[in-house]
Amino acid sequence: MPRQYLPVLVCIALAFGLGTVLLALSWFAGRQTGGEAKRSTYESGLPLLDRSRKRLSVIFFLVALDFVVFDVEAAFLYPWALVARDGGWPLFWAIGVFLAFLLAGFAYVWRKGGLEVRPPAAGSGTSTP
Amino acid sequence: MSWSWLDWLREAVGQPQFTLLFAPAAKFLVAIFAIFLLIAYLVFAERRLLGFLQVRLGPNRVGPWGLLQPIADILKLLVKEDTIPNRAVRWAYLLAPCLVVAPALVIFSVVPFGPSPTAPGAPRWYVTDLNAALVFVVALASLGIYGIILGGWASNNKFSLLGGLRSAAQMVSYEVPQGLALVGPLMLAGSLSLVGIVEGQARLGLWFAVPQIVAFFVYFVAGVAETNRNPFDLPEAESELVAGFHTEYSGVRFALFFLGEYANMIVISAIAVTVFLGGWLRPFPSVEALAFLDLVPGVAWFFLKVFAFLFLFIWFRGTFPRFRFDQLMDLGWKWLIPLSLANVLVTGLVVVLVDRGP
Repeated sequence: MPRQYLPVLVCIALAFGLGTVLLALSWFAGRQTGGEAKRSTYESGLPLLDRSRKRLSVIFFLVALDFVVFDVEAAFLYPWALVARDGGWPLFWAIGVFLAFLLAGFAYVWRKGGLEVRPPAAGSGTSTP
Repeated sequence: MSWSWLDWLREAVGQPQFTLLFAPAAKFLVAIFAIFLLIAYLVFAERRLLGFLQVRLGPNRVGPWGLLQPIADILKLLVKEDTIPNRAVRWAYLLAPCLVVAPALVIFSVVPFGPSPTAPGAPRWYVTDLNAALVFVVALASLGIYGIILGGWASNNKFSLLGGLRSAAQMVSYEVPQGLALVGPLMLAGSLSLVGIVEGQARLGLWFAVPQIVAFFVYFVAGVAETNRNPFDLPEAESELVAGFHTEYSGVRFALFFLGEYANMIVISAIAVTVFLGGWLRPFPSVEALAFLDLVPGVAWFFLKVFAFLFLFIWFRGTFPRFRFDQLMDLGWKWLIPLSLANVLVTGLVVVLVDRGP
């Protein structure tokens, strides 16, 4: 079985190699003039007004948490999907219980407002993402 | 010496290393070259089509009907200066574009472009037929997020960082319904291999898009969102974020991000065609009266369907306005996920009730 996967490794190496070749090509083809102004951080032509490492909206963190929970559960459905036909009713009820837990969690997150990305109230100081 | 290069070649083809390493590598390079060409002309087609949709001409000056425009664009991007901002985190800034492009290209190593030939020894239309191809595709497709968020963070520019974060939040949200939508066809086919899924549709005599219309819809909407295309192109909302995660990128690095986005469009189309629209099968594969359609080779059917999807992508861009961020999240979490979960349950119920092999 691992024999099928060997070509994939070759392809991964080739794909990264191709990216590197393109970069090298432009390094030789293009003229590098450089200059301080060109290498400064983009701020629409103004002097830099703001840091980029600053506090971010907590919503991104919430989305990440929701993702971890639900994507892992989605991955658990794949093995069941493969054997659903042979498994018949016993397996269907088993996965039904699993999905019921998943849906309960989903409903809980929804009711708690974990899926809301709008700030709680206008003018409360939080910024939109 | 009686050895000519032909003898050497015949000898080499017989070696086990050849079938294991060199044949896949050569096939993959050919496929990648075709994909590059396709992307170059996809960009051109997009600019022309958008031109027509907006009642203007689009690029038509370089070569006849503007057909050499992509070549000019590529040359321009190659000779542009490759700037690295002083404040950027160098290694991550340099690595990010490759991380976006490479996974999208590797996916093409498992996509079957055409039917397997009946004659033994004849070349097949895929590089390798993994038994877990669908999981492999989903896994690699989500790797592209790393490149985008790494590029946004490494640029050390607030526009880039916000664009990268938005992009990550969006792609991560739509990955869940996308993964769930694929469970339905999987249940019908009973196989994770892409070749197996197409063969499952041949056995059923019906494209999975018909019994799995809900999953098909969810998959495609999530796919458009995954590629950051209109109407989900918030990461690059130029009125708010300049150019999003690739604000600081120039020259060939920008081209690599661009290449990644278009390669991902083709990936989404190719997987949608393989899983839902019968891959290389002709329309209505079980209707005998349409057998004359088999005169068109399977590869042509495959690419015809892929082109239809690519046209849809461009059409969307010419038609829909951009979503707001909260609308985007609502659509993903409150509509597509419940819809795809319901589809999984109903499909499971039907499969167990009917208990009939396709």
